[in-house]
Amino acid sequence: MKAALRLFFLAWLVVLPAYAVEPDEVLQDATLEARARAISSELRCLVCQNQSIDDSHAPLARDLRVLVRQKLVDGESDEAISGFLVDRYGDFILLKPRFSADTLVLWLAPFAILMFGGFALFQVSRRTLHDKAAPLDQDERRKLTALLDDKDKPTS
Amino acid sequence: MIVEIGHFALILAFATALAQTVLPMWGAVSRDPSLMAMARPSALITFGLVLIAYGALTMAYIGSDFSVANVVMNSHSSKPLIYKISGVWSNHEGSMLLWVMILVLFAALVALRSAEMPERLLASVLSVEGAIAAAFLIFIILTSNPFLRLTDLPAEGQGLNPILEDPGLAIHPPLLYLGYVGFSVAFSFAVGALIHGRIDAVWARFVRPWTLLAWIFLTLGIAMGSYWAYYELGWGGWWFWDPVENASLMPWLMGTALLHSTVVMEKRDALKVWTILLSILTFSLSLLGTFLVRSGVITSVHSFASDPARGIFILGILTFFIGGGLVLFAWRGPSLKQGGLFAPVSREGALVVNNLFLATSAVAVLVGTLYPLVLETLNGNKISVGAPYFNLTAVPLFVVLLMLVPFGQSLAWKRGDLLGVGQRLLAAFGLAVLAMIVTLAARQGGPVAAPLGIGLGVWLIAGSITDVFYRSYRRGLSWSSVLNRALGMPRSAWGTALAHAGMGLTVIGISATVWGVETLAVVSPNEALSVGPYRVSLEQAFKRTGQGFREEVARFIVMEGDQAKGSIETSKRIHTGREMPTTEAGIVTYGLGQLYASVNDILPDGKVSIRFYWKPLVTLIWGGALVMAFGGMLSLSDRRARIAVSVKARRTMPAPSEVSA
Repeated sequence: MKAALRLFFLAWLVVLPAYAVEPDEVLQDATLEARARAISSELRCLVCQNQSIDDSHAPLARDLRVLVRQKLVDGESDEAISGFLVDRYGDFILLKPRFSADTLVLWLAPFAILMFGGFALFQVSRRTLHDKAAPLDQDERRKLTALLDDKDKPTS
Repeated sequence: MIVEIGHFALILAFATALAQTVLPMWGAVSRDPSLMAMARPSALITFGLVLIAYGALTMAYIGSDFSVANVVMNSHSSKPLIYKISGVWSNHEGSMLLWVMILVLFAALVALRSAEMPERLLASVLSVEGAIAAAFLIFIILTSNPFLRLTDLPAEGQGLNPILEDPGLAIHPPLLYLGYVGFSVAFSFAVGALIHGRIDAVWARFVRPWTLLAWIFLTLGIAMGSYWAYYELGWGGWWFWDPVENASLMPWLMGTALLHSTVVMEKRDALKVWTILLSILTFSLSLLGTFLVRSGVITSVHSFASDPARGIFILGILTFFIGGGLVLFAWRGPSLKQGGLFAPVSREGALVVNNLFLATSAVAVLVGTLYPLVLETLNGNKISVGAPYFNLTAVPLFVVLLMLVPFGQSLAWKRGDLLGVGQRLLAAFGLAVLAMIVTLAARQGGPVAAPLGIGLGVWLIAGSITDVFYRSYRRGLSWSSVLNRALGMPRSAWGTALAHAGMGLTVIGISATVWGVETLAVVSPNEALSVGPYRVSLEQAFKRTGQGFREEVARFIVMEGDQAKGSIETSKRIHTGREMPTTEAGIVTYGLGQLYASVNDILPDGKVSIRFYWKPLVTLIWGGALVMAFGGMLSLSDRRARIAVSVKARRTMPAPSEVSA
């Protein structure tokens, strides 16, 4: 199945033979280049299947990589750059969704479930301990004695 | 003619699968032994019929029968035999048929190995298996029939997609399906137990080998797919948090939780209700994976199953089985008797925590995978959820879980002694800290996450060694008898130790990716580049033709210091027939690391635009998975996993003297 999917997005890539971060794009300034790589790895290539522009071979991804680098050279901050791209392309371009009303459940769900599960476990373990401590009532005690007596008889 | 036999067998199989669903279940409910006795033969017949159908399709592929549409679209008479056979599952119709064949194979195996099973349980289990098979058979017959003939016969097929012509990829889908579908056995057992109303340690003994088997295959399938993506996609990544990858990871996570909770149930008769729920959820995630990939909801325009009828059909199947399973659970679950009490600090308690983290991480992956889809349906807003999300949610859960693993492994059943375990693990902990300090010192200035990861990996491995050591070591024993005791440990104990150590290896491999070196350049012949500890220089760029392709190759000489270590080739390949270009990465393994070359472009003046990576310890990622799967196999081969043997062997022959651990 996975193969099939990859096949399809590969088929997409190979129609457009250009490549992820090409040597001529790389900035001279290593710090800026590192920032460029970090930013681009969190931006979606809009015409690809779930790929960042840093990984993608598509021309659009190349244009965006060059744009990001241009803006970095111009001295813009990381936030300003991603803000600019979101204005232009919408939230869809961010591989790391921003925390907002739309993504509240997305970001909180894993931790809510962990908390809820942990709390449930805590409750259960407390109850189990409590159960354990519960003494036998009269009836149970009588049955137990009967059973024990029974077992002591040589015939059984 | 063969194709018609296959087609007919497929339709017959649907009928027998229906019989397998209805009759034994009726028998189980009305306690009619003769109806229940239908379960076994009908499961075997259904398998036989699907096998005939599958065989017929394979024959059509091998014989290049271009009157069959499916063969025309996915095969070519000049293909090597292996790609004619793997061509069967390279497409939607054929891979669904493979899916069903593996499903009925599991049902048949359950039927064959059921001598000791209570009749009512067996009847319910095979009935549920029959229902799943019937649903997917009718899906194939109505929407994805691979046996359709053409009226205009082409002289030649369109050929298999060149990217699928790879031995690794040829065996990837069957492995993955064996994993996915194997979990259907646990699901059927869970539903069977709910209907049956009885569940105990014996149930767990029946289920565990099947869960383990499915888990082994899924582990191998995921590892295989990951390695394939690594060498074939050409940019050196090995996991992309792609929806399709997530679809296989979710059942793996839930299945791993199930594997652990079944152990608790088998050994201690506890966690019954939870184990039943996990069985249902694990297979539900397998079905969901099938749905996500086959329906095309996630992959939209690029999916080959873009026919909405198929998506809706699978969604219906999914809703019926997941919904039905959960409703049955809600109805009957509370009536199941809980057993086995244990203190919070105990092996059982540790496994409960393991389950909490694994299940939560599976849900995190699920939420991240489906969220964009759900959000867009709700209010039309399009967002992306990519790797950064999973790295922030699922990965921390994995890390905490893995930190706890050695503790759980060393705790005693029922009531553990945390202090004692802490003391035992002191050496392992020291080793992990040492590994961290050493790597931190050796790689000054590198990211801190990597040494921490290495420490975690070493912690897991050392924790496993500690476990084996304390199971075998007793004061006053000679070292040879300690060794003997270690070798005499039950295989399942070795399995646990190996699987956890394998996970440690994978963690080390993943952590080391941070130290990977990437070099991008345009080079002229004989110009040298440095890549990590190596230097590479372009020997030449040349053209070459091979069977079914022509390519432009760039060959580099690899040097370590002044010594030549070998060469590495990477090419841009055009596959004849479809005229489809691909990039063939060059990979050379040195020690545990790999040198990875991927050509961008070969310029007319003989210069080459190239991308090199040095990936230290990268092979451990998949090597660790192999060790995990091997641990699973060891555990599966444990005598105690084979319930029939353990009962019969004791009767017929004196048990071989076993060193008690």
